[in-house]
Amino acid sequence: MSDIVLELKDLHTHFFTDSGEVPAVDGVSLTVNKGEVVGIVGESGCGKSVTSLSVMQLVPNPPGRIVGGEINFKDENLVNASNKRMKQIRGNEIAMIFQEPMTSLDPLFKIGNQMVEGIRLHEKVSKQEARNRSIELLKLVGIPRADEVIDDYPHQLSGGMRQRVMIAMSMACNPELLIADEPTTALDVTIQAQILDLMRNLNKEKDTAIMLITHDLGVVAEICDRVVVMYAGQVIEEGTTREILKAPNHPYTKGLIRSLPNMKQKEQKLYSIPGTVPKPKMGRIGCRFAPRCEFAFDRCFQEDPALYQLENGRSSRCFLNDKTEGSLTGNGETIVGN
Amino acid sequence: MTAYIMRRLLQLIPVLIGMTIITFAIVHLIPGNPAQTILGETASQEAIADLEENMGLNEPYPVQYGFYITDLMQGDLGTSLRTKSEISSEIWPRLAATLELTFFAMVFAIFIGVNAGIISAWKQNSWFDFLAMMFALVGVSMPVFWLALMEQLVFAQELGWLPAFGRELSGDPIAPITHFYVLDSLIHLDFPRALTVLKHLILPSIALGTIPMAIIARMTRSSMLEVMQSDYIRTVRAKGSGQFLVIYKHALKNATIPVLTVIGLQTGVLLGGAILTETIFSWPGIGRYVFEAINYRDYPVIQSGILVIAFFFVIINLIVDILYTYIDPRIKY
Repeated sequence: MSDIVLELKDLHTHFFTDSGEVPAVDGVSLTVNKGEVVGIVGESGCGKSVTSLSVMQLVPNPPGRIVGGEINFKDENLVNASNKRMKQIRGNEIAMIFQEPMTSLDPLFKIGNQMVEGIRLHEKVSKQEARNRSIELLKLVGIPRADEVIDDYPHQLSGGMRQRVMIAMSMACNPELLIADEPTTALDVTIQAQILDLMRNLNKEKDTAIMLITHDLGVVAEICDRVVVMYAGQVIEEGTTREILKAPNHPYTKGLIRSLPNMKQKEQKLYSIPGTVPKPKMGRIGCRFAPRCEFAFDRCFQEDPALYQLENGRSSRCFLNDKTEGSLTGNGETIVGN
Repeated sequence: MTAYIMRRLLQLIPVLIGMTIITFAIVHLIPGNPAQTILGETASQEAIADLEENMGLNEPYPVQYGFYITDLMQGDLGTSLRTKSEISSEIWPRLAATLELTFFAMVFAIFIGVNAGIISAWKQNSWFDFLAMMFALVGVSMPVFWLALMEQLVFAQELGWLPAFGRELSGDPIAPITHFYVLDSLIHLDFPRALTVLKHLILPSIALGTIPMAIIARMTRSSMLEVMQSDYIRTVRAKGSGQFLVIYKHALKNATIPVLTVIGLQTGVLLGGAILTETIFSWPGIGRYVFEAINYRDYPVIQSGILVIAFFFVIINLIVDILYTYIDPRIKY
């Protein structure tokens, strides 16, 4: 597909802590196309949130810093962008919503004040115009009595309502890319479904690309066109949602999908991948997942696997895809070295 | 909001009654006979009996308290044993002197303290942060009397820039109206005098304001640092706002509550505890008034002084409480 909105190339974001350098994002490459919903999936601590914050250049610095790679937003490398340019981009061209709707709005200012502030940062409109537009946006995201809610404080709204406000706020300047960092995690299941519906509608109507960070494969199945699976700071598998959910390639993805509860399954105990996510550290050799992998062989511990390109634009970071290994699925070829 | 303020004012009543009971008890808690204590050991039996009769000391305590309260309600604070004049007319000029000094000391403390705290948090771990916090530590630890003496030595004695003591030039007394001399000079449209009065205020204000300034700076810094980690600040940044808006609109307002608490408490402390500063700068304030009364065992004055200081302490805390609800809509009592 053409019309790439966002392209990450070998992105490295490291944290410099007292106990050493931590590569939270360790060579992530991915693309988000115009109007596409891309899910980034992984366990806690796999670097998915840091990846999204890196795009906005909102990684707390110190201790975090982007140490290498490119963040190309419509042919502009944001890694080198000035502070001034980033201010223009944030909230205007790339908007972001967060995991915790309860704490993501400033408790001391009215909803209207916070929305108007966002609009007037990027557009020269009067307060009244910005306010009218805010009311329209609140109506658009399905908030009843929008003209009253705009004068409410955040604590007067429920979590779901606050997330709607966040979405309305993020859509205020018609961004080309919306980064949603676990937008439904803190919400009830019914509210989750509503928020996902809302995001899908916005994606369809305004053609906004969405980069959705989540650990919930159910959310991915619901809304994403394409999925990027991350593990320990790296992309380990990528492909369309349908194919990844139906036929995962990487043992980690297989494990993730196996650990989903299944209506047909009779077993009492849910499957879980043995072991825990390794703490990221510098100079690690071998596949990050090898210690937990039931298919691991010697090579997995000695060499870093490359991202093997498979059919239909899929890719997977597993030696089982290497032809020379003569393995089960040996039909790939190397595209990205490591 | 109005309902809240009314409720808060009603809650003041028991507090005020409690205060009067304590100040009333002061005289009666003195070991031995109050009349004897007041008159001294050499007083004759008749004099003591007279005074007991005069003070109503022969009545039961509740009745005595009733008299005391009735007098207070009428603005009668009693008579000074030393000067034999009405305390209510003696106390106001001194209270005004202290209030004026406290006001300028707190303006200094808040302006410097809050801004230093903000910049320290903004530029955390920078040389400014380091210097400001070291300065704050020194400010908290420095004895007030030493700072006051050094100020007098440098700025009055050596450089001769500022007057070393008093509220105004001697030999040219102001005709007081409110007893706030800055205000009085302005009412008289006497601007040179206003300037002189302000000059007299500078050194004592700095001496008195340094400790609150240091405490406010440290509190502002830590409060700001905490707020700047919060999710809503990240949201504000994600909206594309610059550092200035983030800090002075969102972070500062959210960091205000603990700072305000400290400001309220410190103001109260300055009102009652400025005795050292007032003594060194010959400031005719209420701290010194009470201090002298203690020296002369002038119990009615001590009693009234404590009552008045406590009253202002309560009022300041009331103002702080009201400001809380104004700043944070979530606070409901």
